[in-house]
Amino acid sequence: MIPQEWILFLSLSLLILGIIGVMIRKNLVIMLLSLELILNAINLNFVSFSYYWGNTMGQVFSIFVMTVAAGEAAIGLSIIIVVYRLRKTMDADTIKEMEG
Amino acid sequence: MIEIPFLILAVLAFLGGLGVIVFRQPIHCAISLLLTLLSLAGIYLILHAEFIAVAQILIYAGGILIIFLIAIMFISVSEAEKKKKWVSSYQFFALFGILLFVNLSFFISSTVFGKGKGFSEIINKYGGDTQAISDSLYVHYLIPFEVVSLFLLVAMIGAIIMGRWAVKK
Repeated sequence: MIPQEWILFLSLSLLILGIIGVMIRKNLVIMLLSLELILNAINLNFVSFSYYWGNTMGQVFSIFVMTVAAGEAAIGLSIIIVVYRLRKTMDADTIKEMEG
Repeated sequence: MIEIPFLILAVLAFLGGLGVIVFRQPIHCAISLLLTLLSLAGIYLILHAEFIAVAQILIYAGGILIIFLIAIMFISVSEAEKKKKWVSSYQFFALFGILLFVNLSFFISSTVFGKGKGFSEIINKYGGDTQAISDSLYVHYLIPFEVVSLFLLVAMIGAIIMGRWAVKK
């Protein structure tokens, strides 16, 4: 039986990779891909706790997280395509109207 | 010996996640994410979550990643933009990530995780993982399940409206 700490370490490293990806990348699509990494890390946590505690609640929640990830990818990518058609750029640094 | 497949899959998942943030082309990042998703599906199989593993492959690798690939296909970045710097100061953020990892792994290793009943008892009771999930999902969490379908409807309508608006512009 795998120690639960190993799975939590893997989940933690995926989470940190996702956070760093959101912060350092300038391409909007890759920022969304990093968000998917973060959601996957959360799913792994849910499933591991579900397995070690003998409770199906974690797996049910990870299904909900997957649904939210699907909706987020659809909405986010449609926003990104609208931004691309208006600006012809994918650079997150050049889109700064809200910043003033 | 279930540890060795787990370690191999964990290393593959980590390398895929690293590839997402270091590859330059978005298409390479997406394929690298596919590696992470498939390795995580393998880890879910090790953790006796067969339904989640299949749903991971179907929804993430078959659905979400295909949407990403289609969006990447629509977008062509100009040559001038390809020459520009593509990350901010990554040394600082690498240091930040390492510090965050050390900090949080200290909390993980100092916590004593309680042991519940274990999952084999549930599998013996219901006859399988999928049966146990369906009992939980359709009995205890029926209302959240229906609300999630409403959420998907709203997301679909929003994506369609934004797509049509972009065409009209």
